Amino acid sequence: MKDEVTREERVTNLKGLGCSRKRVEDARFTQGKGNYVDDINLPGMLTGDFVRSPYAHARIKSINTDAAMALDGVIAVLTAKDLEPLGLHWMPTLAGDKQMVLADGKVLFQGQEVAFVVAKDRYIASDAVELVEVDYEELPVIVDPFKSMQSDVVLREDLDPKAPGAHGPRKHHNHIFTWEVGDEDGTNAVIDDADIVAEESMYYHRTHPCPLEPCGAVASMDKVNGKLTLWGTFQAPHVVRTVASLLSGIEEHNIRVVSPDIGGGFGNKVGVYPGYVCSIVASIVTGVPVKWVEDRMENLMSTAFARDYWMKGKISATKEGKITGLHCHVTADHGAFDACADPTKFPAGFMNICTGSYDIPIAYLGVDGVYTNKAPGGVSYRCSFRVTEAVYFIERMIEVLAIEMNMDAAELRRINFIKKEQFPYNSALGWEYDSGDYHTAWDKALKAVDYEGLRKEQAERVAAFKAGETRSIMGIGLSFFTEIVGAGPVKNCDILGMGMFDSCEIRIHPTGSAVARLGTISQGQGHATTFAQILASEIGISADSITIEEGDTDTAPYGLGTYGSRSTPVAGAAAAMVGRKIRAKAQMIAAYLLEVHDDDVEFDVDRFVVKGAPERFKTMSEIAYAAYNQAIPGLEPGLEAVSYYDPPNMTYPFGAYVCVMDIDVDTGVPTINRFCALDDCGTRINPMVIEGQVHGGLTEALAVALGQEIAYDDMGNCKTGTLMDFFLPTAWEVPNYETDFTVTPSPHHPIGAKGVGESPHVGGVPCFSNAVQEAFRPFGNRHTNMPHDHWRIWKTANDLGMHD
Amino acid sequence: MIPAAFEYHRPSDIAGALSVLAEHGDEARVLAGGHSLIPMMKLRMADVPHLIDLQDIADLKGITIDGDTVTLGAMTTQHELIADEALFAACPIIREAALQIADPQVRYMGTIGGNVANGDPGNDMPGLMQCLDARFTLVGADGTRSVAARDFYESAYMTERDDEEILTQITFSATGAGYAYEKQKRKIGDYATAACAALITKDGDKVATAAIAMTNLSDIPVLSEAAAAALVGTSCDADAVKAAVAAALEDIDPTEDNRGPVAFKMHVAGIIISRAITRAWSGA
Repeated sequence: MKDEVTREERVTNLKGLGCSRKRVEDARFTQGKGNYVDDINLPGMLTGDFVRSPYAHARIKSINTDAAMALDGVIAVLTAKDLEPLGLHWMPTLAGDKQMVLADGKVLFQGQEVAFVVAKDRYIASDAVELVEVDYEELPVIVDPFKSMQSDVVLREDLDPKAPGAHGPRKHHNHIFTWEVGDEDGTNAVIDDADIVAEESMYYHRTHPCPLEPCGAVASMDKVNGKLTLWGTFQAPHVVRTVASLLSGIEEHNIRVVSPDIGGGFGNKVGVYPGYVCSIVASIVTGVPVKWVEDRMENLMSTAFARDYWMKGKISATKEGKITGLHCHVTADHGAFDACADPTKFPAGFMNICTGSYDIPIAYLGVDGVYTNKAPGGVSYRCSFRVTEAVYFIERMIEVLAIEMNMDAAELRRINFIKKEQFPYNSALGWEYDSGDYHTAWDKALKAVDYEGLRKEQAERVAAFKAGETRSIMGIGLSFFTEIVGAGPVKNCDILGMGMFDSCEIRIHPTGSAVARLGTISQGQGHATTFAQILASEIGISADSITIEEGDTDTAPYGLGTYGSRSTPVAGAAAAMVGRKIRAKAQMIAAYLLEVHDDDVEFDVDRFVVKGAPERFKTMSEIAYAAYNQAIPGLEPGLEAVSYYDPPNMTYPFGAYVCVMDIDVDTGVPTINRFCALDDCGTRINPMVIEGQVHGGLTEALAVALGQEIAYDDMGNCKTGTLMDFFLPTAWEVPNYETDFTVTPSPHHPIGAKGVGESPHVGGVPCFSNAVQEAFRPFGNRHTNMPHDHWRIWKTANDLGMHD
Repeated sequence: MIPAAFEYHRPSDIAGALSVLAEHGDEARVLAGGHSLIPMMKLRMADVPHLIDLQDIADLKGITIDGDTVTLGAMTTQHELIADEALFAACPIIREAALQIADPQVRYMGTIGGNVANGDPGNDMPGLMQCLDARFTLVGADGTRSVAARDFYESAYMTERDDEEILTQITFSATGAGYAYEKQKRKIGDYATAACAALITKDGDKVATAAIAMTNLSDIPVLSEAAAAALVGTSCDADAVKAAVAAALEDIDPTEDNRGPVAFKMHVAGIIISRAITRAWSGA
């Protein structure tokens, strides 16, 4: 048979690696046909809603549920007393602490869950919430972690103040842990003897991932077959199944956890929330399905926050600008319970990536976690574990050092970058960076923006301002970041003891199409598009003929889920490896069909061909058909495989960003004129999806840098509980992004991919912030804290005497 | 964010709406575009057992320009205000201001009547209406009366309108004055950190008339007669603008909120007022 299709066309039809294939998910998302948790409606389903604390710290003297129970349509009102016999009034957190499911004697933050009303519908539940009478006795409120460490007020009366916590000894009754990495004495000695030392304190404010869809769950306990089904907004459904089994005593095979379509996660949906537990208990108690879906205010005020790190740094350098040492101390405000979502051995996540992209010979990091009367959480909002904090810290320290040395910050970075030939590079704080080519990326990015020209323009603008010709100044924000993603090697990364591998299982159908299932779960990242492309290139079946399924623990192989940009580095690797298993069997089948030795056929795009005789071939469709329908000696029928992948190392995506900004010093209004983002995420699976991820990550970076925060007053009242005050940028606030790339494949990943979803956020926050701060550098600014909203920018100008 | 139960009424004429209002008194509220009232109900900060949706009342819609007199039906949406070319010709500042209200989705629903009647100090149109010296028509069981926008606002959410009256239309004169609506906000959909409407007419090279009003800088919109007086008769030079700004700042009383402290707001207000005056003068 003559092959009418050229090889080039076969490659195009495959839609494999490198193809800007349109996202297959978008057909349903753009037509409102997604299926989210709140779309799940089951016969007889009840709805739960929380009574929440108006106080940040109070003792609960009594709870009277009589009036609520008397309301027509109210089925139950659960309090801690009802959960206590089940041992579920408290639950373990991912960070080794425990958290109240429903207030047990006291409340520790505003918005804390006090009682769970179960009613026939959402409206009745909300009416009943208002009828639950809670008698509170207010207690002193602590919202400042430094004051907390000095205060006689004991926030966590349930903990023995002298007993060690999950991460070692505690220094004070409101202290959670101390985590230290590196050589403190050695670092101090280097800094003490250095030519140049720059010091700075900075606050990375509390913010929130704020996905468009808030958190929710539907629990359905089938008392006939003893099976619990739980639909929910879970970034890690398999972990939820295991935890639910351990907590409830229901055997794991009798629990099915389903993450349906998820409307954004960004770390918010990693944690386990009281609403999940209460909906399960309520379904068990009532025998019918129970839905709980939080509203926007509940999402902002009670589910996991991000950041809230007070960082103090010292950086030393030679007169030539070569960095010699770095010291970092963090006071980490974890709120009322330590519910951070980090791998077990890393209570401050991967904050020890804070040496950044620089060859720093010695360093020390110390982190003290502290309780306050604020909501628990501490998730990694669109970044790997605490990496945004780390990169912000080092990128600010570099800027401050440049100011100290009266040096150009771009040049200071260039002098200190880890060199290409130093990879794999072992950092002073214990990481092995797998690969990088920072100088090439940096030079390319600076050339793209005409860095020298920008500096010249800026100098003219400064002169014009000083001459009274303009009230607008210009900032050039730089950042260079190294992410650490793809957690992770099981040897040092686990969540609640579960190793952080991931998985892919594939079943090729007789006609040559396939279904593949993974242990991850897309929340908008486009897994159904990109994982099919990885498999297409490995197996030779068009991506259009591969269905990707995730999120149903009854069908998908076990995996640790999607967060920390781990899906491509870990599950994507599993996909490549499972593809290779399929291909190995397909090779044997092809050789049999072509009546040659296995070694005499080779893979070519979508087929195996006889070496030296490309007109003799078997397509993957033919091979798949034969796998099921032809008795092949020595081979089992069928064509399917599963792969569990434990990565040997993290991957280390990096990038070079430049932001050019104008600032109106009189109103504090910034205008972003250019934002150029160069990303190196290794092998690029789908350039269009990457572009979309970069745009999204940059937009959330803009949000955080320029205004998005969770703020509290002294009484612990959350001041930013609605989208009126919590800044969620729209198309209006977002500039035109210019994107670029270099490709430095990961040497240990099967296809060299590194993950990209979070890079733009990690690199974007310091870039936007540096642009604001750098604009004021010629006028004497050294450091000001984010968020750079109008009034804080105005205040910087005001403090520098620019309104005089 | 789940409202308490309420009865939904949807009369097809003003009389029908008034009769529901008369029957339920302060238990009833009329609903225009809903952008203020619905969120307040969802937050359970507004208790409205009877909600009267005005959208089926044809008499409340439409833009009429009769000679120099412009009449806007209360249920005219911001989008309709923006799109209407005759209105733009008669009073271009309306389009400029309406375009600064939130986003298109909001403007398709939000109405001029709701914006001016609600008494929310953050709403953009009340100050503008004071600049235009507009009159609001209020219809109640006892008949129809007309109240000047300049006399309408008492304190936040408190206005001249009685609970049993409906604001049905807004009337003002067409104007060829130079105009500007300057607004600083944190983001789309936000209320103003500071906003200022300015209308200035010219006689030769001097200011003939001026009207300066500010939004969200007190608990009501503020028309600064002193600011206008500081401009009239001048050539709107830097000193005159400075004097007008100083006078305007005397008339406002902003409060600290998440947008920033009072000192910041006063400073920004000064800048915004100055820009509004300067731009209005340039077009006068």
